[in-house]
Amino acid sequence: MKGLAIRNQRAFASGALFLAFAIFFFVEALAYPAGTAAKMGPGYFPRLLAIVLAAIGLVVILGAVRSTADREALRRWDLKGLAWVTGSVVLFGALLFPLGLVGALFVLIMVSSRASHEFTWTGALANAAVLIALCLAVFVYGLGLPLPVWPSLLN
Amino acid sequence: MDLFHNLAIGFATAAQPANLLYAFVGCLLGTLIGVLPGLGPLATIAMLLPITYALPPDAALIMLAGIYYGAQYGGSTTAIVVNLPGESSSVVTTIDGYQMAKQGRAGVALATAAIGSFFAGCVATLALAALAGPLTATALLFGPKEFFALMILGLILASVLSSGPFIEGIGMVVLGMLLSLVGTDLNSGSQRFAFGVPQLFDGLDFVPLAMGIFGFAEIVKNLEQDDKLSLVTQKITNLFPTRDDFRRMVPAMLRGTALGTLLGVLPGGGAVLSSFASYTLEKKLSRRPEEFGKGAIEGVAGPESANNAGAQTSFIPLLTLGVPSNVVMALMVGAMNIHNIHPGPEVMTKNPTLFWGLIVSMWVGNLMLLILNLPLVGLWVKLLTIPYRYLFPAIMVFCSIGVYSINSGTFEVYEAALFCVFGYVLIKLQLPAAPLLLGLVLGPAIEENFRRAMVLSRGDVTALFTSPLSASLLAAAAIAILLIMLPTIRARREEALQE
Repeated sequence: MKGLAIRNQRAFASGALFLAFAIFFFVEALAYPAGTAAKMGPGYFPRLLAIVLAAIGLVVILGAVRSTADREALRRWDLKGLAWVTGSVVLFGALLFPLGLVGALFVLIMVSSRASHEFTWTGALANAAVLIALCLAVFVYGLGLPLPVWPSLLN
Repeated sequence: MDLFHNLAIGFATAAQPANLLYAFVGCLLGTLIGVLPGLGPLATIAMLLPITYALPPDAALIMLAGIYYGAQYGGSTTAIVVNLPGESSSVVTTIDGYQMAKQGRAGVALATAAIGSFFAGCVATLALAALAGPLTATALLFGPKEFFALMILGLILASVLSSGPFIEGIGMVVLGMLLSLVGTDLNSGSQRFAFGVPQLFDGLDFVPLAMGIFGFAEIVKNLEQDDKLSLVTQKITNLFPTRDDFRRMVPAMLRGTALGTLLGVLPGGGAVLSSFASYTLEKKLSRRPEEFGKGAIEGVAGPESANNAGAQTSFIPLLTLGVPSNVVMALMVGAMNIHNIHPGPEVMTKNPTLFWGLIVSMWVGNLMLLILNLPLVGLWVKLLTIPYRYLFPAIMVFCSIGVYSINSGTFEVYEAALFCVFGYVLIKLQLPAAPLLLGLVLGPAIEENFRRAMVLSRGDVTALFTSPLSASLLAAAAIAILLIMLPTIRARREEALQE
């Protein structure tokens, strides 16, 4: 017995991703009336698409376990880098109003800089100073975009 | 002559000092950002979008078009000088351009790219102006069925041309269409996939999504790769091609321009397809095919002309039919919607100064790039020496402020963060993001036209195949799928699209 072997991990994961989204959208779409082909309700098109996507997902999965599939492993994930970058964006959003643009940008730059292998405190601080000055000059004073500049406590 | 009359209207708009300035600033900023490693035209436009919010619509569009050409051009510069394609359409330029640079002919290669792009831009502007009228007239013959079929064709072609297996490209298109359903259903007014979040009632915004995937996730990917840039450090002198260079590059430019002009018009086509096709053609026609890959000037002149012509004529389906043929055009739709312009056959008749002004300003933009870039090339190369650890926080800062300014709200910022994670998953799974974005943009129009077509045919799907126009468009889509299934073509495509 050889059984089913996942020869192409990358394709298998891609197919699984498609299938997961398809199931999610299909189940959600069940809440909306489907109507008929001539008089479609809001649920008709989503169900149709979800079925197509599920079929594609299955084809991709089957392709990945076929005995002729190319052997391909999943690539290594750099979760640390992803966390620093994504986290800095989330922090920017959360801090923009309480801390103002200056504070939020400072946090964004310092946190995202940690994602680099060549991180140094002095380099990041200097970079933050330059970028904050540049942003104030361009976006706030130059373009006049409505951005809160200073912490909300001061206003 | 109508053509000249229209071009005159366009010149009157494009030549206004303010618009000239916007075109100039657009080209300059586009080149500035586009030259940076890892930032293609899409991320550049998305990043610079907020700058155009405050402008009147025609100025905003002119500036965006300038940003687009600038970014495109910046990609060629990095391709030649550091062997790093800024975007997929400059991939082929790295082959011979970087070899030329290593032989001390970087200046000649850059000049060839600039001259080729300018010449192609001139021809493509004329083609755009000449074709706009007749195509718009054709568009008026289109009913829901035909639009539906046309968009299906465009999505199929876009998946065929994306990297990776075709079936996965199609999967990404469908996933994008599903994501486009988030928000209010226009026919019934009910909320779909919004989960009671008011910010989702208008649907997922294109810009945070593009920014998350092409801006933030791309940064995470770049940070993983530790390899240093292979910068050509010698001074760039001697921009002028020799007489022999000219003899070799001019025919290549002519062929590249013709090819790019034609292929750009195809839905799903545009700059990428054009540049690959031109490189293949030049290699086939050359009497010295062995020089290709070792610094053949034709390998720079042809593809560079073709990609610029293709970039420009890809505006044709957008402006006349309202169908974006590639992701950059999809972003343009988003930008136009912000200014309350809905691209389609009506733009030309309702807003002729905007329409023709945009077309003429494309030519103006090309001229500016020529003047701007050759003397400034040293400056652009300097930019590339900024270490990435200082560069990427700057990119993040601009993207974050840009995302925030779409609605002056932090919801979009979180949205972009979420799509950063999603984009990273796509990178790891090697799933192409471009078809996803195209599906996202075209999804609502496809649903609407499909629904209307079905109402008109009383639910009879065969009606799609009995109208000659929609039947032939769908047949073309089917042929494209069949062709890609054929093993020889599949191998060829993999060879051409590998990066």
